[in-house]
Amino acid sequence: MRRRVPLTIAFVAGVAMIIQFFIPHKASKDFYFSVLDWYIIVAAFSLVLGVQSLVHVHITRIRRRREGYPYSILTIIAVAVTAISGIFWGTGKGSFFIRIYQFITVPMGATMFSLLAFFMASAAFRAFRARNLEASLLLVAAVIVMLGRVPIGFYLLPKLPDVVEWILSYPSLAAYRGIAIGVGLGMIGTALKIILGVERRWLGER
Amino acid sequence: MIPLLFLLLPPSGVSVFDTPNDGGGSITVRWELSPEDSLLSGYLVERSTHPDTGFSAVGRVGRGRDEFVDNTTEDGKIYYYRIRARIGEDLSPPSPISKGVSSSPQWFHFGKINVLIGIVTFTFFLFYFIAAAKAGRELFIRKIAGLDALEEAVGRATEMGRPILFVPGLSTMTDVATIAAMNILGEVAKTAARYETPLIVPNCDPIVMTVAQEVVKEAYTAAGHPEAYNPDKVFFLSSSQFAFAAGIGGIMMRDKPATNLFMGMFYAESLILAETGAATGAVQIAGTDAAMQLPFFVVACDYTLMGEEFYAASAYLSREPILVGSIKAQDYSKIILLLATLLGPILYFAFRLDLIKQLFQIAR
Repeated sequence: MRRRVPLTIAFVAGVAMIIQFFIPHKASKDFYFSVLDWYIIVAAFSLVLGVQSLVHVHITRIRRRREGYPYSILTIIAVAVTAISGIFWGTGKGSFFIRIYQFITVPMGATMFSLLAFFMASAAFRAFRARNLEASLLLVAAVIVMLGRVPIGFYLLPKLPDVVEWILSYPSLAAYRGIAIGVGLGMIGTALKIILGVERRWLGER
Repeated sequence: MIPLLFLLLPPSGVSVFDTPNDGGGSITVRWELSPEDSLLSGYLVERSTHPDTGFSAVGRVGRGRDEFVDNTTEDGKIYYYRIRARIGEDLSPPSPISKGVSSSPQWFHFGKINVLIGIVTFTFFLFYFIAAAKAGRELFIRKIAGLDALEEAVGRATEMGRPILFVPGLSTMTDVATIAAMNILGEVAKTAARYETPLIVPNCDPIVMTVAQEVVKEAYTAAGHPEAYNPDKVFFLSSSQFAFAAGIGGIMMRDKPATNLFMGMFYAESLILAETGAATGAVQIAGTDAAMQLPFFVVACDYTLMGEEFYAASAYLSREPILVGSIKAQDYSKIILLLATLLGPILYFAFRLDLIKQLFQIAR
């Protein structure tokens, strides 16, 4: 019974959504949007689970004085201050909640994002070492594409941007589409296996 | 200007029809361009519920355009249309009035017939190969190095006495990639439970976290070690992309996992995660269908499951006949798709069959 109920729900919901995809009628669209609304409602409630998990993990870490527990204290304070400011003083323009978002969350996210440049440099260094034929081809293609994308490449070899365009439009795009076809079929396959109950691992079942 | 406009010929041959494959409320109007089309600013479309009087403008299009879709109709009501050529705001005499037409909603989108054919073909192959696998037929699947290395990677973590880190991507449960990640997590958790190696699963989405907790718990039970399951190891980290990346970076630097597994949907944070993991010396296996992130994983990870390999992982690891059968269905569908891609253009250019063209069109 514990297994049959979710399998039945998955089958009915999956088949309903497939049928909905082929029906352009307003009733079908209304059904689709009501399903989306339900997902938003469920997701909103699930946030409580997320907060509960976060608080539980960090409180446990503080209580057991695990390595780095002062960071957990900071996390709990940050969660509490943000939640309280949002609940009691609102989330409107100029509110304390929005200021936290604008002046703390956004800059910290931007800092992490900017670190990507350094990670790219180290990854490129590792990738472009000409250890074998494939890596050498990668190195040559990367040098051509990078040079062809900047003005100096055009000044050195006026035909270079055309070569870059060819690399991106043919070999690169062909590989990308090959992967995309495989991904598309994989997605359809996985979805059908779940709808038909062939794949049950998502239920934790063997 | 006005005398010139009255010399201009209005468009002719106005035809109207209920817009196909829609939810109603729409009529398509077509006409033959005015012979002086190049002199015009465009055309004005007028509509009335009576064939003789009461026409008012419902839309305008530029010159060279011979179609207008009126999305403001009431289903079941009969409308008549006529078109005027225009130069600026000055109008030519109207075209002959169209026949009456009404809009109505449709119950099947014929433009999506190609998708339906694809699904039916795929489902046929799926059932055929599942039946073949159940009947005991040997189905060959090529070796996938990244998946072969999975058990070895878990074994390495056990030998080193360090945990395994499994990151199920940044997407939600509505994403098929996340579902595929959960399938792989089940197999990894089972192996980890057998070796009694700690497994850490940080999550970006509370629903994914709940599913991951259930999958890991069931896997530990199936492996005969339900007592080893620790719900605190499958937790919610942050729903913010870079806060999540920073949190995982912190786990990698503090706990030093011996094996990092990145399975699911990833975005710009993929390289931050994989490079941080590489810096700690962990064995890293990634699997994603995000084609844009694949190069980053290929560079920074020891093994990468690309696209369909990622979706085949569950069947490959379990070797369950019915799941292996589904992989064969995927392969045969791909052959059909490749044949259609090759034969389609040949047939179209040889015979100019519109049906072939329609089969390859993407419906809105």
